[in-house]
Amino acid sequence: MAALVVAEHDNKMLKPATLNAVAAAEEIAGGDVDILVAGNDCRAVAEAAAKIAGARKVLLAEDAAYEHGLAENVAPLAVKLAENYSHLLATATTSGKNLMPRVAALLDVMQLSDISAVVSPDTFVRPIYAGNALATVQSKDPIKVITVRGTAFPPVEASGGSAEIEPVETTGGAGLSEFVGAELSKSERPELTSARVIISGGRGMQSGENFHLLEKVADRLGAAVGASRAAVDAGFVPNDYQVGQTGKIVAPELYIAVGISGAIQHLAGMKDSKVIVAINKDEEAPIFQIADYGLVGDLFKILPELADELERRQ
Amino acid sequence: MKALVAVKRVIDYNVKIRVKADKTGVETANVKMSMNPFDEIAVEEALRLREAGIVSEIIAVSLGAAQCQETIRTALAMGADRGVLVQTDAELQPLAVAKLLKAVILEEDPEIVIIGKQAIDDDSNQTGQMLSALLGWPQATFASKLKISDGHAEVTREVDGGLETVSIKLPAVITTDLRLNEPRYASLPNIMRAKKKPIATTTPEALGVDAAPRLVVLKVEEPAKRQGGHKVGSVAELVDKLKTEARVI
Repeated sequence: MAALVVAEHDNKMLKPATLNAVAAAEEIAGGDVDILVAGNDCRAVAEAAAKIAGARKVLLAEDAAYEHGLAENVAPLAVKLAENYSHLLATATTSGKNLMPRVAALLDVMQLSDISAVVSPDTFVRPIYAGNALATVQSKDPIKVITVRGTAFPPVEASGGSAEIEPVETTGGAGLSEFVGAELSKSERPELTSARVIISGGRGMQSGENFHLLEKVADRLGAAVGASRAAVDAGFVPNDYQVGQTGKIVAPELYIAVGISGAIQHLAGMKDSKVIVAINKDEEAPIFQIADYGLVGDLFKILPELADELERRQ
Repeated sequence: MKALVAVKRVIDYNVKIRVKADKTGVETANVKMSMNPFDEIAVEEALRLREAGIVSEIIAVSLGAAQCQETIRTALAMGADRGVLVQTDAELQPLAVAKLLKAVILEEDPEIVIIGKQAIDDDSNQTGQMLSALLGWPQATFASKLKISDGHAEVTREVDGGLETVSIKLPAVITTDLRLNEPRYASLPNIMRAKKKPIATTTPEALGVDAAPRLVVLKVEEPAKRQGGHKVGSVAELVDKLKTEARVI
């Protein structure tokens, strides 16, 4: 039994999400966990991956066709390498979710999506119905293709390992798709999926400008800023802020929901947070039922007060 | 060009689901069922392509029990031209759905296939990617914008860091994200008209597809309940509690 984890990166930096998938892989395959770095001119990423605690070997596939992680080009590589492995894993980020089902279909196996626990090497727990039920499923396929819910597997250490880097033969481009461009949000704040504290705004924020009230509190707490689907749909903030069933799944130490009513699909993305605070003017809002600390009132008064209070007591 | 959309019948998104006492699954008897919301977005996008003169015919496909006819009727009432039902009472998992859709697609020969990025029941997020793999077609998942020209689709995708745009050759599979469009409601005259639109019925056996499940569901349980509901009276009290009781700041 051996597992191969598909690393997530931008050709320069290894993304921390990779460490969650490695954690799940180690639960399954113990010390026999290899990491695939497929990209272009990305040796620095392979070197970072080689330092991951517990990594056995890093497979480095460099080809212009892999630069943007297009699934049509990377999937055949993963399929070719799969014969040496019992498990292929990636974290359930948008890139993992884009790639892995394509790999699974080419191998004629089902994928296990977004697993939240490993029961045994062929049996896993995964949330269904927006996390309102947990299914324990057993795979009968010879190779298990898995995406991992990052929040359910604490990351392994990014340092301490000394795996060998082994170049592998590439499979080239499929000629089906091309990368055109990207508009990526730039922020000095921590990433939502790895932040210790998150403060999110909903429809109650009323406008994108009002998000600066959240940012002031976020500054005091070193927090990431998120949003509900309603706030993104209304155009207050870009899509990468969205926390929920179909956005990002988060589980920080502290989640502060502001002007968010608590729709099922939002709760699905944050209800595993350690401590939840809800600030809402509607005392009947469902968010209060799951909040450890609820504060009923006008967020436009409460947020500045909260920023001041945090500053005063720092 | 022809467009094919796949529409799944799922428990309505407003229903609070109940796990069965014997842990075999989720209660579906006497529960309101609807079209998967992401598939509604797929139908809407196909309609807009037809209104723009790019698509000539829209075929709506559903797979599952006889009641999936209703889901197809909903797509027809929104404006799709005809339906195909792949009827079976057996459990269908994404790989099997992809294989069955592939069989239908080889018969219908559409140039563009649009489906929801995930179904809100099993939350798998697999079928579109698997289907395009089996067909040897390109895929554009999590689409928030779609432009068709010169045998290509330029698709803006919602990704974790923001937005990404890819250009893919047609034929292709596109999976929809939330902000691709806002689906229309079917008008009463269109609901009446939809009753006369044709739905062809076939089966996995007739399509020659082995649709047996690969994953065995051993049990389905409720997640641990959160103990919430405590209120605080002021900002000062909130900060106090977070510092001294929860110790998270």
